[in-house]
Amino acid sequence: MKLSGLEPLVLNENSNFINVGERTNVAGSRKFLRLIKEEKFDEALDIARHQVDGGAQIIDINMDDGLIDGVSSMVRFLNLIAAEPDICRVPIMIDSSKWEIIEAGLQVVQGKCVVNSISLKEGEEKFIWEAKQIKRYGAAVIVMAFDEVGQADNYERRIEIAKRSYDVLVNKVGFPSEDIIFDLNIFPVATGMEEHRRNAIDFIEATRWVRENLPNASVSGGVSNVSFSFRGNNVVREAMHSVFLYYAIQNGMNMGIVNPAMLEVYDDIPKDLLEHVEDVILDRRDDATERLLEFAETVKGTKKEKTVDLSWRNNPLQDRITHALVKGIDAFIIEDVEEARVSVEKPLHVIEGHLMTGMNVVGDLFGEGKMFLPQVVKSARVMKKAVAYLNPFIEADKDEEQQALGKILMATVKGDVHDIGKNIVSVVLGCNNYEIVDLGVMVPPEKILEAAKQENVDAIGLSGLITPSLDEMVYLAKEMERENMNIPLLIGGATTSKAHTAVKIDTQYKNAVVHVNDASRAVTVVGDLLNRQTSNVYVAKLKKDYEEFREKFLKRGKQKTYLSLKEARENKFKINWETTHIVKPKEIGIQTLEQVTLKEIEPYIDWTPFFRSWDLHGKYPDILKDELVGEQATILFNDAQKILKKIVEKRLLKPKAIFGLFEANSINDDDISIQKKGKEVGVFRTLRQQLKKRQGVPNIALSDFIAPKETGITDYMGCFATAIFGADELAKSYKDQDDDYNAIMVQALADRFAEGFAEYLHKRIRTKHWGYAAEENYTNEELIKEVYKGIRPAPGYPACPDHLEKLTIWEILNVEKAIGVKLTESLAMWPGAAVSGYYFANEEAKYFGLGKIKEDQVQDFAKRKDIDVEYAKKWLAPNLSE
Amino acid sequence: MKDIRRIMEERILVLDGAMGTMIQAYNFTEEDYRGERFKDYPTPLQGNNDLLSLTQPEAIKTIHSKYFEAGADIAETNTFSGTTIAMADYQMENLVYELNYESARLAREVADEFTAKEPHKPRFVAGSIGPTNRTASMSPDVNDPGYRAITFDELRIAYKQQVEALLDGGADILLVETVFDTLNAKAALFSIEEVKEERGIDVPIMLSGTITDASGRTLSGQTAEAFLISVSHIPLLSVGFNCALGANLLQPHLEAIANKTPFAVSAHPNAGLPNAFGEYDQTPEEMGAQIEEYLKKNLINIIGGCCGTTPAHIKVIADIAAKYESRKMMVGSYE
Repeated sequence: MKLSGLEPLVLNENSNFINVGERTNVAGSRKFLRLIKEEKFDEALDIARHQVDGGAQIIDINMDDGLIDGVSSMVRFLNLIAAEPDICRVPIMIDSSKWEIIEAGLQVVQGKCVVNSISLKEGEEKFIWEAKQIKRYGAAVIVMAFDEVGQADNYERRIEIAKRSYDVLVNKVGFPSEDIIFDLNIFPVATGMEEHRRNAIDFIEATRWVRENLPNASVSGGVSNVSFSFRGNNVVREAMHSVFLYYAIQNGMNMGIVNPAMLEVYDDIPKDLLEHVEDVILDRRDDATERLLEFAETVKGTKKEKTVDLSWRNNPLQDRITHALVKGIDAFIIEDVEEARVSVEKPLHVIEGHLMTGMNVVGDLFGEGKMFLPQVVKSARVMKKAVAYLNPFIEADKDEEQQALGKILMATVKGDVHDIGKNIVSVVLGCNNYEIVDLGVMVPPEKILEAAKQENVDAIGLSGLITPSLDEMVYLAKEMERENMNIPLLIGGATTSKAHTAVKIDTQYKNAVVHVNDASRAVTVVGDLLNRQTSNVYVAKLKKDYEEFREKFLKRGKQKTYLSLKEARENKFKINWETTHIVKPKEIGIQTLEQVTLKEIEPYIDWTPFFRSWDLHGKYPDILKDELVGEQATILFNDAQKILKKIVEKRLLKPKAIFGLFEANSINDDDISIQKKGKEVGVFRTLRQQLKKRQGVPNIALSDFIAPKETGITDYMGCFATAIFGADELAKSYKDQDDDYNAIMVQALADRFAEGFAEYLHKRIRTKHWGYAAEENYTNEELIKEVYKGIRPAPGYPACPDHLEKLTIWEILNVEKAIGVKLTESLAMWPGAAVSGYYFANEEAKYFGLGKIKEDQVQDFAKRKDIDVEYAKKWLAPNLSE
Repeated sequence: MKDIRRIMEERILVLDGAMGTMIQAYNFTEEDYRGERFKDYPTPLQGNNDLLSLTQPEAIKTIHSKYFEAGADIAETNTFSGTTIAMADYQMENLVYELNYESARLAREVADEFTAKEPHKPRFVAGSIGPTNRTASMSPDVNDPGYRAITFDELRIAYKQQVEALLDGGADILLVETVFDTLNAKAALFSIEEVKEERGIDVPIMLSGTITDASGRTLSGQTAEAFLISVSHIPLLSVGFNCALGANLLQPHLEAIANKTPFAVSAHPNAGLPNAFGEYDQTPEEMGAQIEEYLKKNLINIIGGCCGTTPAHIKVIADIAAKYESRKMMVGSYE
């Protein structure tokens, strides 16, 4: 059987017993009944959450009570559950004896549910009709062992009804057999009545029969019934449940309604109690009931209820607030916010400090795909609750000015349902004393304009995540212009950009149009826009800024003038070959390095890009103390150190490198001929800057750093590749354990190792293998800043954007054969954590960006490389001028 | 005509590309959208692409032809928004039957022309059933999570009307697509089952979800596998994903379902992710290369394109698809 909430639940022969939570049942829980009657749905949800946290894999929901409206309570509660991802990740069991309640429930749940229950009680016709509907709604079904005659209360009746029900479902309805679950009626034992003695053992034996004779069907039941006669004695009841389950599961019961708090561990049941309980459950002695009753008197006593993990409550305040926001738990937020409030000067600081810190974590998690939409919406709800609590304090704190600073209309445009960004901005603006008119999602333009006029708002904020939303925004700006409105328009959302806003939206509307993509900036922008004294100036400035931005954007690349290739060559970077100092490498030729350990490389790691890969921006180590991201960065860094240590110690990744140092001369201006003992073994084709420079600034190509053949001087250059093997496999091993965080961590670290290895190798080249800077002694920081002599540009990067040159490196060094690093058809290196490049040792060699090049160079380049011009264009596309 | 299921066992079927992208290229004005018939209609109509089946039928037929020429086996009708719910924006609820009927009829006409010309490659018409603009299992109001802007029954009734019109107009297949809320899709499936039963017919159903977040979930929060389980109660022709992220980002989700379903697997991704201007600039070759990765892994039975794709994309995709074998289908545990 396969069921689903937000996540799948798959039952097969190897699955463990499926535990159905029973506390959200008005018939079974007095507290739940009271909460539903009093419409305290928030607290009722907590009961559901408690069940899931406590290990329920399905939650049973029942609203059958004479004093409540079953249909509307079921619908209301299920709709609320759908907004709680930590609850609705599990499948729902819709429990009712009334068909209209079951159907109402089936109509509001997206996942594959279980209906509890139907039976032959009122005849085959009704049974078939309901089963057919259930099948069409896409749910599994519990069938009660009940027929026209009555409820099955012995072994024979149980199997008779089960068999008949099964045959009708499978043969007449076409119901999938794997979606059939039998509830074979668990009745109390030890009631003192002779006919109840076999109640448990008959159930267990009938369970075995069903599992052996009705293929794919499951067996379930409400376990607490069995101990009904020992109400008030939880010690005995828990033991009875445990013993009952122990045997029923062995015989094939694979699902059940069990209160995990009312269950003793089988092995922990005291021997004497166990013996008495087993006698009753398995009907082993005539006097079993009397003996257990007698014994029960001696073990009376109540035990503490097992509770969910609340250890996070012991963490420092900020951690608790962040935890509550990330997990969407609002149970403690008020007390935490109060604690924060008394610790700061102004109540607003709690919002700007504690709460925004937490929301930033939520934002980061969402960006990384570790949280998904419904969770983030929940976080926003906790935030709202916190802000609502703080508001009176903020009001009281305000000097004279009691009025809102302004009224902002917020809407996600027509056709778009994404509103997290909008909600966050709304919340933050609300916290800063703006009144928010939130029109929700998928709001048609007419409605926005109408509400804007009716509410007399001071600004409109539009949000959108999908691309067609961009056109909606343009349309709205046009309409605002047409209606001669005079309030600013704020634009935000994932697909929006300053470029699009400036080029397409700003031009449609005379008043300000501002792109605001993060909540924190929204406050200052709105503040400036609505400030009566200065807004005119600000708006004028904005308009001008956007105009300039637009012009620049539209003109990008167009104004520039270029030299012909011939002119550019004439303006090459000139080194005085008579006076420059050329050092002959100590070790000419090709070497592979497979013995370098990760430990040796580790000090050469540049951490700044590591943080960037996690979307945390800032320079290491300052980033660890950064106001905004410092805390997250520190957590990340510490996690990284842990896994790094493991990788280094256990040598989980394998570094390999190859390099070659050769005699070289530049030829025909832009090419470099590589020689071994005077014989050419390869030619690097370099590209030359063509953008017209100001007087005295050269148009550089890498070939300028190597002595031309015609000077008669023998010069040298090198090339290399470093790679880290094993990262994919290691990452996968984490992924297989559902640990995406560490899987990504491994990959990010492998990349850092590959770069670090290149840095390490370059140093060895300079000081040892080539030896032109044998005396150099730089700190790692200085190395990262590349203060040393000589460069190691990499194909695909700014100085030599042409990836095709990798093929030449691979050919000259025979990289693939030597160390196993491959080139994919798009010339990416495999393994992905790899670096390849050239070595130039001349003290005047420096990094530069090629920039755009012209058609004449492409033609020339293709000819030199002996490749098709179109092919060359394809590879050089990003560098071709328009 | 040969049964589509049989053909699908022999080779990978090709679905067409984007309708919206092709319509955009015409740069139709408000007047073009209105045509003669709706020139005095009270609401703005520009952007109501479904309406073009009535006011610019030749353009719609031309688009279908171009996709068939490019190698598509299946054309999707121009009915993505063809429900009373989505048409309410234009106050065109009363036109829903006609819109669907005419769109299906146009596609049918073009498909039949092509089938007559190339009998060895029969062309099919899939009635496109979009998600509507409402979500049945999510609240549009952040302050009232229990609120719903639409009910199952409202969806079921609206979908039923669309389904009936599509079938009357000549659709061979029904394609429930761009599913962002599984409950909406379940309502569509429910209404299709009703129509099938009432008319005593069988009609192949394709179902295609969309995964929009980096988290790999549908908008309504389900994982790919949970989504699959939630829609597998109806015998489907195919299940898969479309739209959303580009072809390469779709692959893990296809992998997640491919070995867990007895149904055929379909994919019709966007041409990459849109740029800052909402334009898709992935070339046919780039997209083809990404799609080839799933074909190599034998994940697919039906392949096509969504937003941003053009006949040029479909041509490349069709050529690539011809080189690979169709995914082998498991013997189903569902009937």
